[in-house]
Amino acid sequence: MNNAMPDSSIPPDPTDAIITMDQVVKRFGAATVLDHLDFRVSKGEKVTIIGPSGSGKSTVLRILMTLETLDEGLIHVAGKPLWHEYRHGRPVPASEAHLRAMRKEMGMVFQQFNLFPHMTVRRNVTESPVHVLGLSKAEADQRAYEYLDLVGMTDHADKFPSQLSGGQQQRVAIARALAMRPNILLFDEPTSALDPELVGEVLTVIRRLSEEHDLTMLLVTHEMEFARQISDRVCFFDKGTIVEQAPPEAIFTAPQEARTREFLKTFIQARQNA
Amino acid sequence: MDWLSYLDPLLQGAWVTIRLALYSTLLGAVFSFLFGIGRLSRSLPCRWASVALIEIFRGTSLLVQLFWLFFALPVLGQALGLDLRLPPVVAGTLALSLNIGAYGAEVVRGAIQAVPRNQYEAAKALDFTPRQTLWRIAIPQAIPEMMPSFCNLAVQNLKDTALVSLIGLGDLAFQAERVRNFTQDSVGVYTLLLLMYFGMALVLAGLMRLLETHVGRWRARGI
Amino acid sequence: MLFGIEWDTTNDWVFAWSILPILLRGLVVTIEATLLGFVVGATLGLVLAALKSVRTRLISWPARLLTEFLRDTPLLVQLFFLYYVLPEYGLVLPAFLTGALALGVQYSAYMSEVYRAGLESIARGQTEAARALDISPLRTFTVIILPQAIPRIIPALGNYLVSIMKDVPVLSVVSILEMLNVARIIGDRSFNYMVPLTLVGALYLILTLVASAGVRVLDERLPKRGIPLQ
Repeated sequence: MNNAMPDSSIPPDPTDAIITMDQVVKRFGAATVLDHLDFRVSKGEKVTIIGPSGSGKSTVLRILMTLETLDEGLIHVAGKPLWHEYRHGRPVPASEAHLRAMRKEMGMVFQQFNLFPHMTVRRNVTESPVHVLGLSKAEADQRAYEYLDLVGMTDHADKFPSQLSGGQQQRVAIARALAMRPNILLFDEPTSALDPELVGEVLTVIRRLSEEHDLTMLLVTHEMEFARQISDRVCFFDKGTIVEQAPPEAIFTAPQEARTREFLKTFIQARQNA
Repeated sequence: MDWLSYLDPLLQGAWVTIRLALYSTLLGAVFSFLFGIGRLSRSLPCRWASVALIEIFRGTSLLVQLFWLFFALPVLGQALGLDLRLPPVVAGTLALSLNIGAYGAEVVRGAIQAVPRNQYEAAKALDFTPRQTLWRIAIPQAIPEMMPSFCNLAVQNLKDTALVSLIGLGDLAFQAERVRNFTQDSVGVYTLLLLMYFGMALVLAGLMRLLETHVGRWRARGI
Repeated sequence: MLFGIEWDTTNDWVFAWSILPILLRGLVVTIEATLLGFVVGATLGLVLAALKSVRTRLISWPARLLTEFLRDTPLLVQLFFLYYVLPEYGLVLPAFLTGALALGVQYSAYMSEVYRAGLESIARGQTEAARALDISPLRTFTVIILPQAIPRIIPALGNYLVSIMKDVPVLSVVSILEMLNVARIIGDRSFNYMVPLTLVGALYLILTLVASAGVRVLDERLPKRGIPLQ
């Protein structure tokens, strides 16, 4: 069995799914943000989620990362239930201990980077491996070097976040998430808060990740061209459900649904004119 | 005005004042964190106890608290069969630190609550426990935020140490009264006294400023 | 017996009840001292703030130094200074007035900062707009700046009123019969300090909570953007 990337023309096998969401409902007050969502991600798949603001894209990631609860539905990650657990064979809401165990499967890169400002770059990356995973300082430092090297930030290991540009901070944030060796990496609009000239360096790192690692990646972004280049599958979200999902070539050249066409109108036109 | 002969007893008193201010400020900082974090606790009794203690020590006069600990506590002790007579230095330090602790608690609480929410989210994504998040992520970021207010409280505390002279503790104010009673030179003694307190306050403020810069060295320049 | 009222030491509760009227006499003195101290402080603070904002450094720097000096020295010492030193220069005031003066002087430093901060917080753009419209400096101050500054200044002053109240017991050293002094005398004469002192603590707590609530209500009632002018 070779370790090549999964062939993106074959529909994902549900039994190979690393994430399954069944009929998930999430409400914020009177608004229904996720409306009976069914969603599957296969192991090693790179999925991009696009859609208008308020469509629920970020909420999907946040619920997976246990930053928000869900109101109805079931979520399984790596075959195990996420927001509930089984006691004596019956499903009950998940305890904090269960959630803590499940969080180790996932890592998240935030739009606002969220680096710890009072720690150096090195400390930001090693803090969690040492105090959550129990690694020794030496092991954590080695791991930190490995991932800072991957994102090209080893020269800045002893600097504080306030001394770095936005693009540099985001790259450190990616290294920090990777240092926990999660099976799934979630990106919540990683470049939306960056000045345009800094976007490229972050996208380069994400592209490297997608090509060199068989990490499962879930990316919410507005960078359509980038999504087209790295994704196995693109999902268009609107009003809390998936309107259409397909490999990037299909969805970006010939979207089936009217809403998708409307949303991608400017992008498709720009590509045609190019 | 024989200034030089005043200096010896006054300097002795100043030394007592400095030590008293130091101990009460440090203990007061401990109480500030205790009450301030207790105020944010998830356990309801802990929150209520913290709020009660904060309101009691902020809402009553420091001198009343001092007199209560020195005069009233022993009486309560008699009723309970315990010897609760506190020597002036203990009563003084305790009253000062509880007082500054109550005011400081609000500073601590405000600073911790000012830590941006997304720091907590990042910590959760990295699977820290709530306790780890509080002590490793939130509090270190809150500390530089607290410093300006703590500086004011420290100077305030220094001034308040003068009150312990009223329960017989031999601090600067106490020694000054003794000298004045002996020499009847009110103008000279009190002027010197005011200048000495002023000097100590300026030194303290300077030290606190240095501390402020040191704990905030990771902060971005020019915000 | 104090103020002609006897007390009953049968048990603690009866004792407490019987000294309450005596303590309330002290409470009246406390409130009087607080209000007088506040008025003196607010007035002197205004003077100090005005001096500090004068352009000539010969006036503003000593004023700033004085403010810092008053803020960094204990009220107790300032009180002793005024009480013992003023008579040597021929000014003999009754103890109560000296006490209120000491309170006022100490807090004038804090209140001058409140005035300064309140006025400075009004955007510079307001003064510039007024000048562009050719409004006189006096009118600019009274009609444009002041109505906007008041909602910020008054709550801060109110908080200092509460602080002054908590500092009044210091005045007991010059024999002013405020609440703590009264309690201490009762304790001296009855050998039971606990009941009077605890009562005073409780009374102070009530006073502070009421006063703070009053300041909060005042703060909410004052329109944030300034006193509306028709």
